[in-house]
Amino acid sequence: MVSYDNIRRVTVFAGHYGSGKTNLAINYALMLRKSLERVAIADLDIVNPYFRTEDSRTAIEEAGVRFISSRYANSNAELPSIPAESYAIIEDTSYHTVVDVGGDDRGALVLGRYAPKLLTQDYDMFLIVNKYRPLTRDSNGTVEICKEIEVASGLTFTGIINNSNLGLETTVETVLASQAYAEEIALSTGLPLRLTAVREDLNDHLQGKIENLLPIKLYHSLGGRFFS
Amino acid sequence: MSDKVLMKGNEALAEAAIMAGCRHYLGYPITPQTEVAAYMSKRLPKIGGTFLQAESEIAAINMVIGVSAAGKRVMTSSSSPGIALKSEGLSYLAGCDLPALVVNVQRGGPGLGGIQPSQSDYFQATRSAGHGDFRMIVLAPSSVQEMADLTIKGFELADKYRMTAMILSDGILGQMMEPVQLNFGDIKQHDKPWAVTGTGCQREKNVISSLYLKPEQLEDKNRERYLRYAAIEENETMVEEYQMDDADVCVVAYGAAARISKNAIDLAREKGIKAGLIRPITLWPFPKQILRSAAERVSAFVVTELSMGQMIEDVELAIRCMRPVLLCNRTGGMVMTPEEVLEKIEKAYSIGGTV
Repeated sequence: MVSYDNIRRVTVFAGHYGSGKTNLAINYALMLRKSLERVAIADLDIVNPYFRTEDSRTAIEEAGVRFISSRYANSNAELPSIPAESYAIIEDTSYHTVVDVGGDDRGALVLGRYAPKLLTQDYDMFLIVNKYRPLTRDSNGTVEICKEIEVASGLTFTGIINNSNLGLETTVETVLASQAYAEEIALSTGLPLRLTAVREDLNDHLQGKIENLLPIKLYHSLGGRFFS
Repeated sequence: MSDKVLMKGNEALAEAAIMAGCRHYLGYPITPQTEVAAYMSKRLPKIGGTFLQAESEIAAINMVIGVSAAGKRVMTSSSSPGIALKSEGLSYLAGCDLPALVVNVQRGGPGLGGIQPSQSDYFQATRSAGHGDFRMIVLAPSSVQEMADLTIKGFELADKYRMTAMILSDGILGQMMEPVQLNFGDIKQHDKPWAVTGTGCQREKNVISSLYLKPEQLEDKNRERYLRYAAIEENETMVEEYQMDDADVCVVAYGAAARISKNAIDLAREKGIKAGLIRPITLWPFPKQILRSAAERVSAFVVTELSMGQMIEDVELAIRCMRPVLLCNRTGGMVMTPEEVLEKIEKAYSIGGTV
């Protein structure tokens, strides 16, 4: 299980396009809410109008998590806008805030606006990695994207979350086979491997085999929405 | 397991294009196909290829004509309104007998419409891609894996018949993620003695043109092209059949709508209704014969599509209106549920018979 001792006030989820940032951010915020009274999640994705935290607004708000999102999110208007309320991320220090940004350096660019203030505060920025995404299959490709995001955001990563998965085809073996990959990235970036995210039903099978597991639910899947 | 990757449909298509030998991508971003361009912009420069974001869709398709004339495998992609802008170029490609792969990740229309998934460009793809007498091979993937597989197939067919192959996808298939295997074995490459690559003073010059001022010549050219089209109808028609062996009701659907229909067919069978699916993989050539012979065996058809009813006209034509054909549709970016399709299957089952 995750240790709550070193939870920072602001946690930013960044990484390669399609690495699972949004779903992880939602899971992480809901997990924080179990032990913290004031938790917020901010959707700063200005890249993809198709998958948004907004899709899970009900689940987030019902759990008592404050939801900060552009009013244009899910309006299909394709406006890369960010809400004024997003300044609460840095200014309302009574909240623990989880920040979901868009993929790659293009998505991370939006962080530049908050970076100078964030750097003076208590924050984590996690690099989400998935060995089974085509452009981040090896540690070299992943480290390259890591550096691009740091340049674009003006922030430095503080840890890695291994979110290696093959969607619904993910098995215990899929996760185990990604361990060496995640450790290699940790080694070449000097960043600690903070968590390994696994689908809830796999969690029990991986206990004792992998440290710091984060069991997650799949909150929103386009395929699942239409085909299941 | 280990050689599978998790990809968006748009990415799988782009990677497959690269594996097919495509080193030239000319395009312009538009939701929901932007990942094709984004992926190409990251990959192509690293392998000696050319990614170019043109000033417009029209410019992009005209650059495609140039690259293809030079004998290279080339691709452009867009979404519905962007494909409309490419109309003129598509007609010129046909008139010049040039191969190209053109991708349409459909969104709701008409006009600017919306950005959510749709299948309302069926007429555009199979009938009215541009002016003049011509056809395009139209391939309709139904999974992320097929986004890749049919891209390979599309390049091969385009080169073989010297014409445009279109991948007719939609916002669901472009955006959804599924595990995919990118092993294609031998990918056919074709000699292109007609390409304008420089004569080196060794041969007569090649000329690529769609201009024929003598009507006799233009008619000959059109007839010759249609003989090629006839061969394609004969040899390249592709379908997937699901539960058709003993089916009483035949659902006809392509792409994302076929995925939803399969679930509905399973639900119908649980209720004791023998339903099956014929999924056209090629929308042109359309599987006329296969549907015609299915009409001998089933009592009714249901056409499921994300439009006001476009492919349904081809189904009615193909079966010569021998059986009732019901439409199950949503539009504008709305998507039907398996239950909605099931309702239509039940209705078709109750009224089935000879018209």
